Amino acid sequence: MSAQGSDFPPEVDFGRRVFLQRTALVGGGLVLALALPPSAGGPRAAAEARGGQLNAWLQIGADDSITIVVDRSEMGQGVYTALPTLLAEELEVDLSRIKIVAAPVGEAYVNALNGGQVTGTSNSVPDAWEKLRKAGAQARLMLIAAAAQMWHVNPSECHAVNGKVVGTQGKTASYGQLAAAAAKLPVPKDVALKSAAEFRLIGKPLARLDTPDKVDGSAEFGLDVKLPGMLYAVIALSPTLGGKAASVDSTAASAMPGVRRVLSIASGVVVVAEHFWQARKARDAVRISWDPGPNGRLDTAAIRALLDKAATTPGASALGRDEVSASLKTGNAAEALKKAAKTFSAVYELPLVAHATMEPMNCTADVKADRCDVFVGTQVQQMAQSAAATAAGLKPEQVNIHTTLLGGGFGRRLEVDFVPAAVEASKAVGAPVKLIWTREDDTTHDFFRPPAREEVTAGLDEKGQLLAWALHIVSPSITARFDPTNKNPFDSVIEYAQNFPYAVSHFDLRYTRQEIGIDVGYLRSVSHAPNCFAIESSIDEIAAAVAKNPLDLRLELLAGKPRHTRVLKLIAERSRWGRPPQGRYQGIAFMEGYTSYIAQVAEVSVEGGRLKIHKITCVIDCGQTVNPRIVESQLESGIVYGLSAALWGNITLRGGCVQQRNFNDYRVLRLNETPELDIHIIPSDAAPGGIGETGVPPVAPAICNAIFAATGKRVRSLPISAHSLA
Amino acid sequence: MVTLTVNGTTQNIDADADTPLLWVLRDHLSLTGTKYGCGMALCGACTVHVDGVAVRSCVLPLKAAEGKRVTTIEGLSKVRSHAVQRAWIESDVPQCGYCQSGQIMSAAALLGTNPSPSDADIDAALAGNICRCGTYVRIRKAVHRAAELLRGEKSP
Repeated sequence: MSAQGSDFPPEVDFGRRVFLQRTALVGGGLVLALALPPSAGGPRAAAEARGGQLNAWLQIGADDSITIVVDRSEMGQGVYTALPTLLAEELEVDLSRIKIVAAPVGEAYVNALNGGQVTGTSNSVPDAWEKLRKAGAQARLMLIAAAAQMWHVNPSECHAVNGKVVGTQGKTASYGQLAAAAAKLPVPKDVALKSAAEFRLIGKPLARLDTPDKVDGSAEFGLDVKLPGMLYAVIALSPTLGGKAASVDSTAASAMPGVRRVLSIASGVVVVAEHFWQARKARDAVRISWDPGPNGRLDTAAIRALLDKAATTPGASALGRDEVSASLKTGNAAEALKKAAKTFSAVYELPLVAHATMEPMNCTADVKADRCDVFVGTQVQQMAQSAAATAAGLKPEQVNIHTTLLGGGFGRRLEVDFVPAAVEASKAVGAPVKLIWTREDDTTHDFFRPPAREEVTAGLDEKGQLLAWALHIVSPSITARFDPTNKNPFDSVIEYAQNFPYAVSHFDLRYTRQEIGIDVGYLRSVSHAPNCFAIESSIDEIAAAVAKNPLDLRLELLAGKPRHTRVLKLIAERSRWGRPPQGRYQGIAFMEGYTSYIAQVAEVSVEGGRLKIHKITCVIDCGQTVNPRIVESQLESGIVYGLSAALWGNITLRGGCVQQRNFNDYRVLRLNETPELDIHIIPSDAAPGGIGETGVPPVAPAICNAIFAATGKRVRSLPISAHSLA
Repeated sequence: MVTLTVNGTTQNIDADADTPLLWVLRDHLSLTGTKYGCGMALCGACTVHVDGVAVRSCVLPLKAAEGKRVTTIEGLSKVRSHAVQRAWIESDVPQCGYCQSGQIMSAAALLGTNPSPSDADIDAALAGNICRCGTYVRIRKAVHRAAELLRGEKSP
């Protein structure tokens, strides 16, 4: 019963295992068979000789190896640790024994909360919470049943502990010994799951499973994929967004060392060479005349003018396609505002922001006559499969998506725009091709966070009580591109604003869709960030208008909401609200989002117009944590990401071309600029909320509110660096 | 043909002399732990040691590395045993992990010349290494811890 049937020798660590997975797949589909749902039949029989596949996520080898198929992409948020933790908790095995493989495309791997195989919306844990614990419990019961059969005893006389089933009179059998038999047993339907008090792994600060391979260079990202005979490609993309190559002269480039092919495709001109640097140099030698297309005159001022015009003259959008306007109301804000003793109005503006993942977009494709293998760091396996199939001229089921580690996702890898070029290049040259975008390609051809113009109007009665609060958002739509059939006139643009948490009798939310000529995309926390900026800045402004402490006003307007209130009370305590060190000023922001409740206090000083952010305190109630160590990391991560966007995030256009190209002109936060971060997680046994994006939105309003406290200046548009604070 | 020593092994590289060392390491020698991030020495993802000094390999032409001793993340230690790697594991520093080879190589170079760095020393030495996941707080903590481990190693 020993190691004979193992696919994954125990000494093989994670990075190399990914390599093995690929080798197995290219060689004969071993791991693909492993990852098929149990109903798949044929391949399952083969798997039994090597142990047993107990469900879509779990393979137990005859050598006691435990392999968990993770169906969410690891992009730093910790799913390669958190999701196995859920299954291992009920399976009764230690985390350290677990090996991980990335799931292929498969029905079993659809995220029920997103309706597709998607890693996004901060819901990997909320989606997996019941599902993977149940899968672990079912597998455990099947292993116990197999042992009971073998020993001719009742299953109730057996129990599972640490990878073994223990019976009466000291009988034990390891999971590896039982797996093949267990896999043949019926899957139990109703299983009892542990209570929070019984958790051994969930809620504990366990070490991440992916750390070791990330400190010795062996972790494999898309950029690191290497296949036998592989060539390298770069692509020349139209400098004007939406433009096309009108004529291409590749004579000089084709004659350069190592160059195999110069290929004109829909998205640009691809240069394929033996090595990356040869392709990169040859790209400069391709003479391309670009047709700028419809955006040749688009610039940042024009975009702002479009949003302003749409805000003030509904229906006047110049570039609007299928323009929709819609509103969501409680009470009658318009009437209440007329009667209000005091009104407040402000316009908040958000610029285009780039994702700027550390790993630039890249994709490796190997196209053959009847199959295509794609190695890519993607958040959307099905979309990648579909895009590759179209490009290869194959059926989707002939395309195998191998998800590598992602060198950052942040929503950029919800797009598959860079996939077809790799596939087309591989098909053209008849060899595997790795296509790599340069940093400049990546910055200039992102799907940026949409610009937004958000106008808040609020009314107060003679006692200073908030009567009415209205928000009018003008912004292009991301949803419309991802889901053109969406009948809901609202889309992701109103998220968080639609759940405005503060008590107000008259509430009005309007959205005017104004397209700007370029495609925009989902960026970490999507519209939570712009809307939190508008909401939290306006609440602060209202507090100042009625001379109330901004924390007290929030507590007043959130009265009767225990989770909201608790977060605010704790942050007051932890941030020493109202008692900052000499010369420093505080600003607060709150958000309810991703089924979590978060508050941040920024502590800043402004001297001679120079802003320094000293500290950010953060309190979250995100329900039950699976791994508090990862939650803390993700909150720090969200804050750092939010700081970059708040301080400097600003993509500008001129003549339809993005003006920022690299980290010199698209500035992001560095170590020496990172403030002290103080994170507090409120213990809870409520269902887990999301944490991947939740830390981002409160950062900008907390800082801007602190700037107001320090200087009396209101920063109503981002980035902050565009304002003089002197 | 350019000859250099990489992780203790002499390598004869057949590539154009202007090829950045980064791509020689990655494409010619399959040492993919060293990452491409910007190509302009702005992000530090490509940091390696050349004759013991932290260098951005994305802007160092192969010719300039001729005859030099290059150490990459793969050559920093045999089994993740360098103090910086141990401290990184202890603090679970990486998130996506893409920038971490560069961070670790910068930290190791710093500790090579400064066994007890202050926060300011760490800031100065690692300001050139961008992390978009925002692991900075743990990086700072882990560099201090690595310094502690190194001092421990040296004391009897």
